[in-house]
Amino acid sequence: MSSRRERPPWALGAPAALGALLLVVPLVGLLLRAPWSGLPRILATPEVADALRLSLVSATLATAVSLVLGVPLAWVLARTDLPGLRLLRALVTLPLVLPPVVGGVALLLVLGRNGLVGQHLDAWFGITIPFTTLAVVIAETFVAMPFLVVAVEGALRSADRGYDEAAATLGASRLTVFRRVTMPLVRPALVAGGVLCWARALGEFGATVTFAGNLQGTTRTMPLAVYLAMETDPDAALALSLVLLMVSVAVLFTLRGRWVGTGGTV
Amino acid sequence: MRAALPVLLATVLTACGTDAAGGGGSDETLRVFAAASLTGAFTELAEKFETDNPGTTVELNFGPSSGLAEQISSGAPADVFASASQTTMDVVIEAGDAVDPQPFVRNTMQIAVPRDNPAGITRLDQLGDNDVKVALCQPQVPCGEVSAEVFDNAGLTVEPVTEEVDVKGVLTKVSLGEVDAGVVYVTDVLAAGDEVTGVEIPAAVNASTTYPIAMLERSERAEVAEEFVDLVLSEAGTRVLERAGFERP
Repeated sequence: MSSRRERPPWALGAPAALGALLLVVPLVGLLLRAPWSGLPRILATPEVADALRLSLVSATLATAVSLVLGVPLAWVLARTDLPGLRLLRALVTLPLVLPPVVGGVALLLVLGRNGLVGQHLDAWFGITIPFTTLAVVIAETFVAMPFLVVAVEGALRSADRGYDEAAATLGASRLTVFRRVTMPLVRPALVAGGVLCWARALGEFGATVTFAGNLQGTTRTMPLAVYLAMETDPDAALALSLVLLMVSVAVLFTLRGRWVGTGGTV
Repeated sequence: MRAALPVLLATVLTACGTDAAGGGGSDETLRVFAAASLTGAFTELAEKFETDNPGTTVELNFGPSSGLAEQISSGAPADVFASASQTTMDVVIEAGDAVDPQPFVRNTMQIAVPRDNPAGITRLDQLGDNDVKVALCQPQVPCGEVSAEVFDNAGLTVEPVTEEVDVKGVLTKVSLGEVDAGVVYVTDVLAAGDEVTGVEIPAAVNASTTYPIAMLERSERAEVAEEFVDLVLSEAGTRVLERAGFERP
């Protein structure tokens, strides 16, 4: 490919520049206004430590659940011919465009103490899900898993099936093909989808606050702590936002360099 | 694009211009920022004001007081601010956006329980029971502050299962039956209708927040703004507010 660089025409360059500014300037503002000197003091408080720990744990668990459930789901959507698949695909990607608060209400109506399923959990096993860390993980999975499913499904559709067929002809079982051939082929999408999923889970606010509630150490994740801090201590909110920003940047950066080498662009 | 951008900007600016310059003659728009708990009462008062002052439109913006205060500080066009707490009003005053706030109502607390009252709550001290799931406002917002005062007065320790970001969050958890009880404003229980049931808190331990109202410095319709504040403070205005559950300050 030739590497001819051309100046973009005005009609593309101007909106592109505005678009880039819109995305970048708020982050720059955050960096400029951040209370750098007070940062260690703010981050050392138990409230912040609790929120950070809870966020990292729950986002990681949500990503793990998404991988375990979402990758097979993506495979079913991409490679099978079941009836109603188009409808299923639309439904599965719905949380991408659904306001998270609506997702939270929906989860309450199903898994809440009086919910369709929740009332039986409560009556038979004495289990109530809302207001627990499990609820945080469920809310985050609900919102974030579609990102993984969409990324992996797209890769599975466009991947060359010739390798799969060759492996099958050579006697590999379908599961072995899936594990040893299909998955390595879509690894860049798997990593990219996983990272997006994790980042989305880390930033989840609406579904969490609606379904899981808001209590320090149990359900108050970083975004909830940021919202709470805005009410009383904007400096603390800025510090927390800064941490979220740095974690996100660090993760995107590391993974991009290390794993998404061959042909993948994240 | 070189041609389109100025056109676009001009359109946006004109749109803002016509909006703001609506005053002039008899056609005036008064912008009132009010705490979310005032929704019912202020909607009624605004209708009355519009009837009494033909040609004047009252535009109401309801939200959490702290959020509204932030909007005002950021330059949102507003003529009157009615806050659910003196603390938030103080923020606006310190920023130089308002002067001379006047207290106009008080809001006391009540226990809200789901319609079927699964935990059989009849008294305040039951909220201290570990088996009772309680939702409160987080202590940083006015409703959480006042709830904490109530528990203090009653010498009660309550460990909530959730600290909601605002009073609506508490009401949602109660009306869906996810918690056994929540502490909210009397006016919220009234406004929620039969979604929730109210349980009285004894007057001896109950606490309240006082709502101040003020005209904003930037208002270009100071006279109309003053008339609206007068209506809220008048006997007729107080009666409307009392019907919504508020008490005299």
